[in-house]
Formats: sequence, C-alpha cells, structure tokens
Amino acid sequence: MAAGVATWLPFARAAAVGWLPLAKKSMPKPPSDNKSRNDEILIVNVSGQRFQTWKNTLDRYPDTLLGSSEKEFFYNEETQEYFFDRDPEMFRHILNFYRTGKLHYPRHECIQAFDEELAFYGIIPEIIGDCCMEEYRDRKKENLERLAEDTEAEMSTDAPLPPDSTSRERLWRAFENPHTSTMALVFYYVTGFFIAVSVIANVVETVPCRPPKGRVKDLPCGEKYSLAFFCMDTACVMIFTFEYLMRLFAAPSRCKFMRSVMSIIDVVAIMPYYIGLVMPENEDVSGAFVTLRVFRVFRIFKFSRHSQGLRILGYTLKSCASELGFLLFSLTMAIIIFATVMFYAEKGTKETNFTSIPAAFWYTIVTMTTLGYGDMVPNTIAGKIFGSICSLSGVLVIALPVPVIVSNFSRIYHQNQRADKRKAQQQDRHSGSQALCVRNRSSFEQQHHHLLHCLEKTTNHEFTDEHTYSEVCMAESVGYRTSRSTSISSHQGLSTSCCPRRAKRRAIRLANSTVSVSRGSVQELDTLHIQKSSIVPQSRSSLNARTQDLKLNCDDTDFTAAIISIPTPPANTPDESLPSSPGIPSILRNSRQLGDCSGSFTHETVKISSL
Amino acid sequence: MSGCTRRCKLGVVMFARSVHRLVTGTLNKDKAEDELEMTVVCHRPEGLEQLEAQTKFTKRELQILYRGFKNECPSGLVNEDTFKQIYAQFFPHGDASTYAHYLFNAFDSGQNGSVKFEDFVMALSILLRGSIREKLRWTFNLYDLNKDGYINKEEMTDIVRAIYDMMGKYTYPVLRDEAPRQHVDAFFQKMDKNKDGVVTLDEFIASCQEDDNIMQSLQLFENVI
Repeated sequence: MAAGVATWLPFARAAAVGWLPLAKKSMPKPPSDNKSRNDEILIVNVSGQRFQTWKNTLDRYPDTLLGSSEKEFFYNEETQEYFFDRDPEMFRHILNFYRTGKLHYPRHECIQAFDEELAFYGIIPEIIGDCCMEEYRDRKKENLERLAEDTEAEMSTDAPLPPDSTSRERLWRAFENPHTSTMALVFYYVTGFFIAVSVIANVVETVPCRPPKGRVKDLPCGEKYSLAFFCMDTACVMIFTFEYLMRLFAAPSRCKFMRSVMSIIDVVAIMPYYIGLVMPENEDVSGAFVTLRVFRVFRIFKFSRHSQGLRILGYTLKSCASELGFLLFSLTMAIIIFATVMFYAEKGTKETNFTSIPAAFWYTIVTMTTLGYGDMVPNTIAGKIFGSICSLSGVLVIALPVPVIVSNFSRIYHQNQRADKRKAQQQDRHSGSQALCVRNRSSFEQQHHHLLHCLEKTTNHEFTDEHTYSEVCMAESVGYRTSRSTSISSHQGLSTSCCPRRAKRRAIRLANSTVSVSRGSVQELDTLHIQKSSIVPQSRSSLNARTQDLKLNCDDTDFTAAIISIPTPPANTPDESLPSSPGIPSILRNSRQLGDCSGSFTHETVKISSL
Repeated sequence: MSGCTRRCKLGVVMFARSVHRLVTGTLNKDKAEDELEMTVVCHRPEGLEQLEAQTKFTKRELQILYRGFKNECPSGLVNEDTFKQIYAQFFPHGDASTYAHYLFNAFDSGQNGSVKFEDFVMALSILLRGSIREKLRWTFNLYDLNKDGYINKEEMTDIVRAIYDMMGKYTYPVLRDEAPRQHVDAFFQKMDKNKDGVVTLDEFIASCQEDDNIMQSLQLFENVI
C-alpha cells in the first residue's frame, strides 16, 4: 500500500481545507516541494529485453539500486537507456515490486539465484509479500540446511587432522568419527558388540531355566547361573566405564559433554551396577535395587551412537514435540470425558467393573486405541452407546496428529540430518534488519507531518505519546497545571521559531506502515525499523534513512522530523534523561537540544515535556 | 421479544439446514449466505478533454491523478469503507472514521454511496485551484451535514467532535470533554452574525473573509498537486 497511501496524501491534504475555519491559530507553512512534477519514461534494458517504466515508479524506493543514483553507473549514453547484464526473467519480478509494492517469489526459480538478484538490486528479502513468504522461507531453510550439512560433512570428518594436534584431539576425533582410523573402528565395533551382549544378557537372565537337581519350580536363568551373568555384566560395565572415561578425557568441553544426552545415557547405563556393588545385601533396599536394574535397559540407547536412523527418530520426536503434546492433551481430555460418562452410565449395574472414574480410565484408553481387551465391558444400553462413540472418536483423535509427525520424520530423514541439529539452526533474520523506504520518503514525511501539524493547530492540542500523557495526567492530579501553563505557552512561542517538534511516534507508525508494504502488523514494522546509528544527512543513505525517518531541516521555520522512538527509552545525550518526575520543563531541554540541529541527528525519543 | 423469536427461528432453520447437509453428505459449505456480491462494477470517467474543461487542472495533472486513482481503485469507484481506511492510515492516533464519513458525504455529490473519479477531481479542483468563495462554499457544504443550507449547533458539534476524535487519546494538553463544545461556542460567536442560532452561507463567507488567519491559511494548500 505504499504507493497507495502516497497517492491519497494530496487528497487528504486538500481535504484539510475543511479544518481551516475552525482553527483558532494560523496554519503552519507547508513544506516546499522542490521536486519537479514532470514524469518521464525510463528504458531499462536487461540483457536485451527492454522494460519501460515511469521514473516516479522507480523513485518510490530510493534505497535500492534502481531508485537511487547508483543506476547512473549503468546508463548508456548512446542508446539512452540503462543496461543491466542480468536475468530478464527475474527482473520482471523486481520491476513488479516497484509497481505494486509487493515482492513475489517465483516458485520455479532457484532460491539462491533469486537471492543474488535481490542483493544486486539492493532489495532486502524481508519485503517479500505474505503470499510468497512461506514458500520463500521454506526453500531458504532447506537450502541453508543442505549447505550446512555439506560444509559440515566436508570439513569435519574426512579431512585429515592437522599434524600438530594433541593426542587428546585425535582421541576425540576417533570417538566422534570411527572411520578415521582402524583402531577407532575396532573400538566402535567392540563397544557395539558389548552393548548387544549386555542387552541380551539382561533379557536372558529372566528366562526360566530348568531347575537344578533338588528343586521343582522353574528358576530364571539369572539365578541359576548367577556367577556367569555377574561376570558378563562386570565385563560389560568395565568396558562402558572405560569408554565413558576416555570420552570424558578427550572431550574438548567437558561440561558440555557431561550435559549431552549420550553421556547421560552412558551414566545411567552403568550406575546401577556400581550402586549394586556398593549397596549391602539388605532386604529393605533390595527392592529399590531391583528397580535400579531396570535402568540397565537404557544401554540399548547407546546404539544410537551407532545408528543414524535412531538419532533421526529421536530428533523427529523432539521437533514434533508440540504435535505430540497436542495429541496427549486431546487424548487426556477425551479420556476424562468418556470415563466419566461410562462410569455414570454403568453405575446402576451390579458387580460392575467400572468401580470408579479412574478405573474407567483404563477402559477408555483401551477402547480409544482400539485395543479392546475385553476385561471391562459395559452392560447397560447407554454404556454400550457411549462406548461405541468412544471407540469411534478414539480413532479420529489419534489419527489426526500422526500424519504431521510422519511427514516431519520423512522430511528430516530425506534431508539426512545429523543428530546435533542445534548447530544447523540459524537465524532467519539478522538482528536489526532494515526496511526499504517509500519513494521520496523525506518529502512524503514532510507533507504528512504538515498535515498532522495542521490538525494540531485546528484543535489546539498536540499529539503526544502514552508516556507523556500519563505523566501529564499524574501531574494534573497533583495540581501543578496552573503554574506551569504560562511557562509552557511562552516556551511554545519560543519554540515555534525552530523545530518545536515532538516525538511523533504514531506518525512514524504510519510511515512505517507505508514502508513495509507487505506487512500489516506494526510490531513487525517496529522490528524492521530499529537501527542504532546516527546518520549524517546529505548522503544517500541518510536521506533515505534506512530504518529511520529522521530528518532535521532546520533551514525551514517549520521543522518536521519523524523520529522513531525506540521502545526502550535511551539516554544517549547527557541532558536527555527519562523524565521520571514531573515539574522539570524539559521543553527547554528539547528545544535546546534541537537547537543545534545543524544536520546531524540522533534518534532517541525527543519527548514532549511533562508538566 | 419479537427480535428474540425471530432469531430463534433463524437459528432453528440454520440448524435444520446443516443437519440436512450432514445427512446428504455435502462437504463443502453452502456459501450462498456469505458469498460476496461479485458485482463487477466498473466505472470509466468521461473523456480527458471534458474533465479538463470542467476542472482547473491541466491534462498532465489529470493524467497523474488518474493513474494514481486507478492504481488504488481499479474498479473506478471508492466506497465509504475504503475511504475510511485510507483516512485512518493518515491519522493513526485517533479514530478518523466519523470525519471520513462526513468528508465522504461532501465528496459524494451524487449521494449514491461511492465516489467516482470525476467527483474526486472536481472536489480537488475546488479545494486546490478554486477561488476563496468556492473553497468556503465547499467547506460550508462539508459542515452542513443535512444539506439544508444552515449550519446549526448540533451539526457543528458533530463535526468538531469528529475532528477532535482524530487526535486520539494522547494529546497535550489533555483533551477534555467540553473542549469540542467550547470550540463550537467560540465558532458560533464568531460566525453567527445575527445570533439566530444558525449560520448561513453568506454569514459564513463574510466572517471568514474578515479573519486574516483563515484567509492566509487558505492559500497554503495550493501547491499540493
């Protein structure tokens, strides 16, 4: 809507004639409009394809190549046209951006080529319209991940180590990538073998063996051959402990290593053994000890170091955490509802299984997951009806989030990601990215400001911001008003001579809304518009004030400055501090500060004085 | 009570309809109710020469104006909602919709709910290139909400209130409730010569011509286009 708002501005200003009879004071002078009104057609020749457009269209975005004087470098005197040796197909989209204010991303184009064109023409990708932004982001992310993976693959693993690496580095390298040396490979397979042995031993331990002579009952093998199993367990744990200590020694950052998931699994896998060694054979604690033995099964997770698929699965589950959470939540809701209903439906039956609502939970879960064990069955008609509704809805509730998880998994799997994705996630936006400016931003701003100024004069009130307003309200309630009003008016008289401008925060919001053409929300605009540098005018970047609309024009009696106020009140200048207490006429400060506006400006909030 | 029963009946009808849809298995919703009127109303302005004759703009200016207008409203008509939106963008602090409504009525000379390019350009011609008298007459027309040739206090209060609404909440000094009324009283004091409680066109023009401030300000907006 950038072009649109600029189009309507003259009409809005003309309509300001309607305020004139009401105004008690005279209107401020309008900003002088120096730019020539005649419109000429420019010819832009891109690799032979000629595009023609109005000069004004290109001037809308002075921050880009085509909108600024940079295009003069490409001007061809003989043919009187601007020649660019670039892709004409892409240029079409670029030119459409100038015409409509919306940048579209063509789906069939390569994302990198598109990015390069944008960079050449000086357009930042954040301007892409909402219709195409999703696609653009996805493609970009995909591309970046692929690139990151490629660089990671090529640089980390197979490159030979620098010769002067310490043994510790070599050891770590051997652990992380077993294919580097034969020793590492051997170790890798040995540990894998022992993990398998340990897991199988845990399983076989509980299988009933034939009882020894003299007993009738079947014994689990673990008790029959307890010594053998104990020896095997010891051997495995020793290997695991050795491996863990080696890794700990070799890790470049021990703290980080100790916090990582794999090391925690390692610790959990070997701790039960040591605890069992330490603990006495006591009847009381042996129950707890038995529980600890359960943790030995976690050794199976150690396989994830050996298997990439497992890591991908784990990563998928982590990345689908929200979908899983939703599934869990909706299931819980449904379970509670149906359990309650079934309980009350079956309450009348004698000797019913549905003894309480928690007891009915089991029935509900079994029914919704379509297991149907049959240990709890409703008898009443109402119970049967609700039970059938329960099973039907269970199918639906479970089926809904599953495809999301599946598609996530397949996407990740196909991209062949590594386990530590955290490194590969990059930021989409830079911090403090900048927005493009609308055409002739300075003149548009000036005129818009003049319009707002006229409204102020008509109503004899000024625009302020929320903060000052609340201060004023507080001050008024205390009753300072009368004493200060005289000083205020005198200061106003003083300040009309030069730059009495207040922080027109909201006015900036409008300008911002025209700037970021595709974004409607103001928060986005605010994020686009934060930049922390003071700019000297008379250079193109300042006049087009990338993220700022600051422009001090103290030659005119009427100073219009659009100052972006950063949400956190900065205190860059010594005399500009946040007026926390009313009473100090910071108008004085303001006018003084603005008095030396010989062209340089900073962009703090220039606050209207409080009373 | 009748409204309640009517709504209940409507609700029952809608429910029966949706049950019917459920039974017959049509998945896509019946969009008849909320389908937008796909009226492709397109308006083309009269020729360039006629417009040039009727207004005080040159051909070139009319071309530039029309190009911008057509870009924004390809159908050639501006309706009141668009108008309000546009105005709201210029005055984000407060609520510009009431004033935009009055302004729309002033622009819409044919009173048919939409502003065509000719209306737009005629009004701009008066406002920017017209004589003092014409501008003041246009302003009088804006203030005279019911177009009866007189401005009474209520109309004036409405307009002034609408203007004050555009300022928004955060103003300095704090906006009081009686500020619009005081403003209207001051205005009537000045304009109503014969103190009969209404301002006629002649009184209005005469009073404005006496005021230097207003005369000066009227010259300001000439170079907007």
